[in-house]
Amino acid sequence: MERTHVLVCAGTGCTSSKSLELVKRFEEDIKMKDLQNEIKVVKTGCFGLCQKGPIVAIHPDKVFYSHVTLGDIDEIVNEHLYKGRPVKRLEISDIDEETKEAIFEFEKIKFYAKQKRIALRNCGTINPEDVTEYIALDGYQALAKVLLEMTPQQVIDEMKKSGLRGRGGGGFPTGNKWQFAANQINDEKYVICNADEGDPGAFMDRSILEGDPHSVIEAMVIAGYAIGAHHGYVYIRAEYPIAVERLKIAISQAEEYGMLGDNIFNTGFNFNIEIRLGAGAFVCGEETALIASIEGKRGMPTVKPPFPAVKGVWGKPTIINNVETFANIPAIINNGAEWFASIGTEKSKGTKVFALGGKIVNTGLVEVPMGTTLREVIYEIGGGCPNHKNFKAVQTGGPSGGCLTEEHLDTPIDFDNLVALGSMMGSGGMIILDEDNCMVDVARFYMDFIVDESCGKCTPCRVGTKRMLEMLIDITEGRGTLQTLTDLEALAIHVKDSSLCGLGQTASNPVLSTLKHFKQEYLAHIVDKKCPSKVCKSLLDYSIEKDACKKCGLCAKGCPTTAITGILGKEVYVIDADKCIRCGACVQNCPFGAVNRT
Amino acid sequence: MKSLDELNRIREEALQKVNLRQNNAQYRILIGMATCGIAAGARPVMKTFLEAIDKDHLQVTIQQTGCLGMCIHEPIVEIIDQAGLKTTYMEVTASKAQEIIESHLKQGKILEAYTHVTK
Repeated sequence: MERTHVLVCAGTGCTSSKSLELVKRFEEDIKMKDLQNEIKVVKTGCFGLCQKGPIVAIHPDKVFYSHVTLGDIDEIVNEHLYKGRPVKRLEISDIDEETKEAIFEFEKIKFYAKQKRIALRNCGTINPEDVTEYIALDGYQALAKVLLEMTPQQVIDEMKKSGLRGRGGGGFPTGNKWQFAANQINDEKYVICNADEGDPGAFMDRSILEGDPHSVIEAMVIAGYAIGAHHGYVYIRAEYPIAVERLKIAISQAEEYGMLGDNIFNTGFNFNIEIRLGAGAFVCGEETALIASIEGKRGMPTVKPPFPAVKGVWGKPTIINNVETFANIPAIINNGAEWFASIGTEKSKGTKVFALGGKIVNTGLVEVPMGTTLREVIYEIGGGCPNHKNFKAVQTGGPSGGCLTEEHLDTPIDFDNLVALGSMMGSGGMIILDEDNCMVDVARFYMDFIVDESCGKCTPCRVGTKRMLEMLIDITEGRGTLQTLTDLEALAIHVKDSSLCGLGQTASNPVLSTLKHFKQEYLAHIVDKKCPSKVCKSLLDYSIEKDACKKCGLCAKGCPTTAITGILGKEVYVIDADKCIRCGACVQNCPFGAVNRT
Repeated sequence: MKSLDELNRIREEALQKVNLRQNNAQYRILIGMATCGIAAGARPVMKTFLEAIDKDHLQVTIQQTGCLGMCIHEPIVEIIDQAGLKTTYMEVTASKAQEIIESHLKQGKILEAYTHVTK
């Protein structure tokens, strides 16, 4: 009989900081203390607070340890597990603003207090490799309810009533999508789970599949029943090995327990799921390209209509939903559409998972109700920018989205608000930028990504994005003119209006939104030939302040191009601008802060 | 999976596995497990509680705590209900634990007699 569970995060973030070794060491140490019958070590999915990983949670004590290393385990086992004294120095804590006392309670810690976990409900609670733990927390109850008590149309109506919209970026109402496919008369239909998460810095879908794969499987069977499909594909990129592995285990366990296969719940309904591995092309997240890839063709989009709901994979009616969308569905069926519709804003119901990254204290995964403001997410949950730097912008929606500034921070997050501001919800990547980020450089980064990822089928995207990238490079390297800026804007609009698929249509967003909100930065690069954030190397000038130089010569010693000359102890050092490659080594080497970067 | 009953049966069995991670225990039991507690025999007491929870599927979690400062009255067992009401039992033995399980945990009746110190 177990009295205590030691939950160790085995998501990608914590695994890369060796959490699996922690599991092994815990098991060994617990055995040494002869506690193995009382204490169980469990590998779970992501807790969300990736910044502080590896995370270890001890239940029922509700103690959370952060940054746990192999060296800490002995103390945790001896003190906490054996003698009942939590190791305070490792506990995650916050300072109560009123009493100035430390708070250790999980629910009161700011990072978690504002969150509402629906899609992530089981992540960090259950062992994703054990189907019975999922069943224990109401897993597959929704499937039973749907198959035994509801007609397919009732399921679709429930989806419509809940107001659930696609979490992959488009925000299309899920119930309507299902209705289109259900209305098609065809004996062969398909359900696809889009797990081709490609936005730089996004890891929502990955974490759901790693932490709670059965919720996605259950929802896919429900979707199959609703539209009359008997076969499903999970399209997932091969670069998510842990997610793929857990999904494989989950599928085989679901088959073993009869949640997949023939005659599920004795109702005569059959459903199977197959995994299709993608090679990681960004365009394959676009549904028609994804379908082509599943069929074994080159991943390129086709013209819509016909929409996949009419003519999808193998030419048959197909619905494609994102991982997070699926993960919400069992909760909606179990708790009712009204419950789900009561969360969020008027047009965006439920919650949204965001992957916080960039210049933010609490890098990690958060799930908040729609309508939460950006300020709450960035400052209260995320903890703001590190090192007391000033917030500059937040990039949402990845390469298809845009940047929002300080003035937008109090906007409630929902699908429509973000689009109105020139960005988009996207799949949920949220990159925070601070005063050290150059917005022209950010636009260049995303355009570089798009140029790499453009499939090349249509000219506006293939050629247009390449030309935009060249213009952006010109600006960051000081060759830009005011004409470049005019051309860039005009071309961005052309590419947006004339590209074939979503990738090209949204490729200009980073450029357009930075132009809209940060025009002065572009102008500084073009007119003053200066990068205000001191990022664009070509526009930087290094010089040594005569009065501050102590003639120690450390700058010259560290200079890789011998651009700095002077005489040790006698003559101040100077930088030869022609030889200088602007690496910044001298700034770091000078103990007196005498090197200026302008 | 052939029926809802079958699913619910698996659920019942599995619930025992994850219950202590949920926040829904009817009672939380804290057992003093510092050197003094262990020396006075807290381990067999804890084992008695653990076995009862396992056997009778009680919605109860067990936590070890450190020394409460009343070493002479160890083993000390605190039982906290969902409303936060705390009952402290002193000088508990395995057989007293059995009585506490039957009376307090199963019927909700506090055993006054064992809440007083005798030494």
